[in-house]
Amino acid sequence: MEILFIIGLIIFTFTIGSYIEKTHYVDIQNREKKIMGMPVISGKDVGYMNFSDGGEMVNGNVVISLDYFKLIWAGLKNIFGGHIRAYETLLDRGRREAVLRMKEEARLKGYNAVINMRFETSAISQVTGNKSSGCFEVLAYGTAVKLI
Amino acid sequence: MIVTNIESVPGKKIVEHYGIIQGSTVRARHVGADFAAGLKNMVGGELKGYTKLLTSAREEALERLKQQAAGMGANAIVNVRFATSAISQGAAELMAYGTAVKVE
Repeated sequence: MEILFIIGLIIFTFTIGSYIEKTHYVDIQNREKKIMGMPVISGKDVGYMNFSDGGEMVNGNVVISLDYFKLIWAGLKNIFGGHIRAYETLLDRGRREAVLRMKEEARLKGYNAVINMRFETSAISQVTGNKSSGCFEVLAYGTAVKLI
Repeated sequence: MIVTNIESVPGKKIVEHYGIIQGSTVRARHVGADFAAGLKNMVGGELKGYTKLLTSAREEALERLKQQAAGMGANAIVNVRFATSAISQGAAELMAYGTAVKVE
């Protein structure tokens, strides 16, 4: 009976988790298309373009977690080695979401480019009190400037 | 107060350096948000409660950084960096550091 419950829970989290991931990817792609014209660079100089005086720091962050099915799957994969696709897509989603939020903040404040962008990723699983919760925070920050 | 994470403020000249300053804050999880986050954790996806918690904590760290800079007589902070560390179960330290300068 308990095993049935656990299997049911795993199947439930798998379907909902996959659905959430799929809709999140669609959402990310739509928003990326909308804001594609805004350059974001990790260097300090745009090179061929000039920017006007003034600038401001902008940042975007997201806390994102794995579903239970993928967490168990990743744990099993860990024994045999190789790349763990579940974590790869999770971190990919988190990074793109963080960059999008940063760009959207820059646009809201009236800037049209972000320079010197940096990423910071931290496993906040210990923060949540559960060591294997598969929970990450991704932060993207940079200086928003106006290109002329 | 101008805050940037590059070495200067575009179009302005740095006339005085005041050295490294830092602002930090330690936040513990909120029981209500944590319960919701625990449920959300089962199906994965974004944990909005934690995102909000860390955003406000980082804002506070930046606010402390600005206060410290203002106390020194600076009017800008350049080269700002963020750092996050889990210092114990259920608490995280968020820190911002940078260089206080005067620009004109």
